[in-house]
Amino acid sequence: MSAVTAEKNNSLWSDARHRLMRNRAALISLIVLTVIIFCCLVLPLLGFLHDPNAQALPDKNLAPSGAHWFGTDNLGRDIFARVVYGGRISIAVGLITTLVSVTIGVCYGAISGYVSGRTDAIMMRIVDILYALPFLIIVILLGKTIEPATAKLTDTVVGWFTSADASVESINATRAWIEPITTLVPLFVAIGALSWLTVSRIVRAQVQGVAKQEFVEAARSLGLGNFRILFRHILPNTLGPIIVYTTLTIPSVMLFEATLSFLGMGVKPPYASWGNLINEGANLMLSNIWLLFFPTLLFSATLFALNFLGDGLRDALDPRSAKD
Amino acid sequence: MLANIFSRLLQGLLVLFVLFTVTFFLIKALPGGPFKSTERAIPEHIRAKIEAYYGLDKPTAVQYVIQLKNYIINQDLGTSLRLEGRQVSEIIGQAFPVSCMLGVVAMMVAIVIGIPLGVIAAWKKNSWMDYSAMAVAMIGICIPSFVVGPVLADQFGRRMSLLPAMGWDATHPTSWILPSITLGLATAAYLSRLTRAGMLDILNQDFTRTARAKGVDSFRLLVRHCLRGGLIPAVAFIGPAFAAIISGSVVIESIFAMPGLGLHFIKAIQVGDAPVILGIVLLYGLLIITANFITDLLGMWLNPRLRGNR
Repeated sequence: MSAVTAEKNNSLWSDARHRLMRNRAALISLIVLTVIIFCCLVLPLLGFLHDPNAQALPDKNLAPSGAHWFGTDNLGRDIFARVVYGGRISIAVGLITTLVSVTIGVCYGAISGYVSGRTDAIMMRIVDILYALPFLIIVILLGKTIEPATAKLTDTVVGWFTSADASVESINATRAWIEPITTLVPLFVAIGALSWLTVSRIVRAQVQGVAKQEFVEAARSLGLGNFRILFRHILPNTLGPIIVYTTLTIPSVMLFEATLSFLGMGVKPPYASWGNLINEGANLMLSNIWLLFFPTLLFSATLFALNFLGDGLRDALDPRSAKD
Repeated sequence: MLANIFSRLLQGLLVLFVLFTVTFFLIKALPGGPFKSTERAIPEHIRAKIEAYYGLDKPTAVQYVIQLKNYIINQDLGTSLRLEGRQVSEIIGQAFPVSCMLGVVAMMVAIVIGIPLGVIAAWKKNSWMDYSAMAVAMIGICIPSFVVGPVLADQFGRRMSLLPAMGWDATHPTSWILPSITLGLATAAYLSRLTRAGMLDILNQDFTRTARAKGVDSFRLLVRHCLRGGLIPAVAFIGPAFAAIISGSVVIESIFAMPGLGLHFIKAIQVGDAPVILGIVLLYGLLIITANFITDLLGMWLNPRLRGNR
């Protein structure tokens, strides 16, 4: 191997990958996560799952068996299918909200850290103020407020996908996959739009550090504009902490969704998310413990994996913070 | 220092004002309302009279000013629209002690479990004690309180009949145990992780090595030299932790059927009882601001470097 490739192999990213691969907890987490996400995305497409919303009262409260892997609930619905479909919603919600929150947080923090001075002070004071708001309480209120708007949105979108002479069954089938999306997306975009505070602080601190370095001075002396310097030259150097924090935001958002669904403010029955499956399970755990066990297992396993992966990524990408 | 405290107080007032405004307009946008129930339709002219009685017929901007005036000048939180004839201040006066007690006990649980766990984990770094403490912390973070709560209530309340599975009785501390453990667990987990990181930071510093080389014994080294600095990140988190506990109490109160603020809040939101919602949200905000303020003072006491600037 020549000296050049040896140099290349020691880049930040290959170093980080190497460190991550040596971290057994992070590696196992990555595998668990891949399996869970793969199951939630692919299994419903294969067509062998039971209908998650089809009720069969004679088969209610069955224990796990060959026909129903996770058993059935109090209405005879297949728990495995409900957990898989619920996982889709929970994971999608986690990703969408995190995307919104990280995007806003990165832009806000980057601008604040780059401009510095009075603007920066005002921007950070706004963050301080938002930090003091009772977040869950505001979101519950917000969720209730936008309910009629999302109902209208659902009707509109269902209208796009159905023809005028469609049967009731086909309209309901269309509604079944549109309704969870249209009722949730506005709420969770709003949550994302409110939860960017910590990201912005982290990014600001990083940008402040990078902005003092010589290569930024060099870029400026070459006549590059502020926008280009910030987003092309400074931000890529802060990517490590951003990735780490993104990974750690997803589980906290998923927990948040579950809490909202538990309080009856998130995903509405009959649709399933891990949050309201756990809620149903907790209500009915005296008659059928599997109803609580499986959704919690999947949910907590996902949170575990994301948190361990986040910790592992932090150790790998940000060696300074991994002191031990 | 004094200027600092003064500016924090001003900022707290600003937060309350923002909170008041945001909440007011969110409530105005709530669908339905207590007098537009579909189950028990009220004739149009009677509803108009009721709304006029509560001043709900005026333009939103006028209502906003009246509400603000009532809050600041008359110090009147108004009357509930749902529970006829009851003052908001009376409802809050009854529910607040329950929530406050729950929050304080849960916070104590979090501190008593979380901080020693973190200190031990850092002290015995990379040993089985460290790994098991951090595994416990991870479990506390990843298993939601609304699973822990019902399972604990079922095990200790129903099966073993050791503790009350539901409700809240101020005179019987046994009824506090399950709700506050459930509520404090996640916060304990975060606190232990922060404490571990903070302690590791201090334990790796030169002065620690010097003290060790001079023959200071381990326990004294830990308590006298390292604890103060090592606890800074954990103490900085106590403000946000209190906010999390306050919000979390909404969930816990509905699991354990406790007559606290959270339960009133959920009910008020379902029927659009505006004065109650507004009063409770502002009280939550006030609690969080106070907690943050106390956290800042504690941080300044622990960390002299914070005292001078800002």
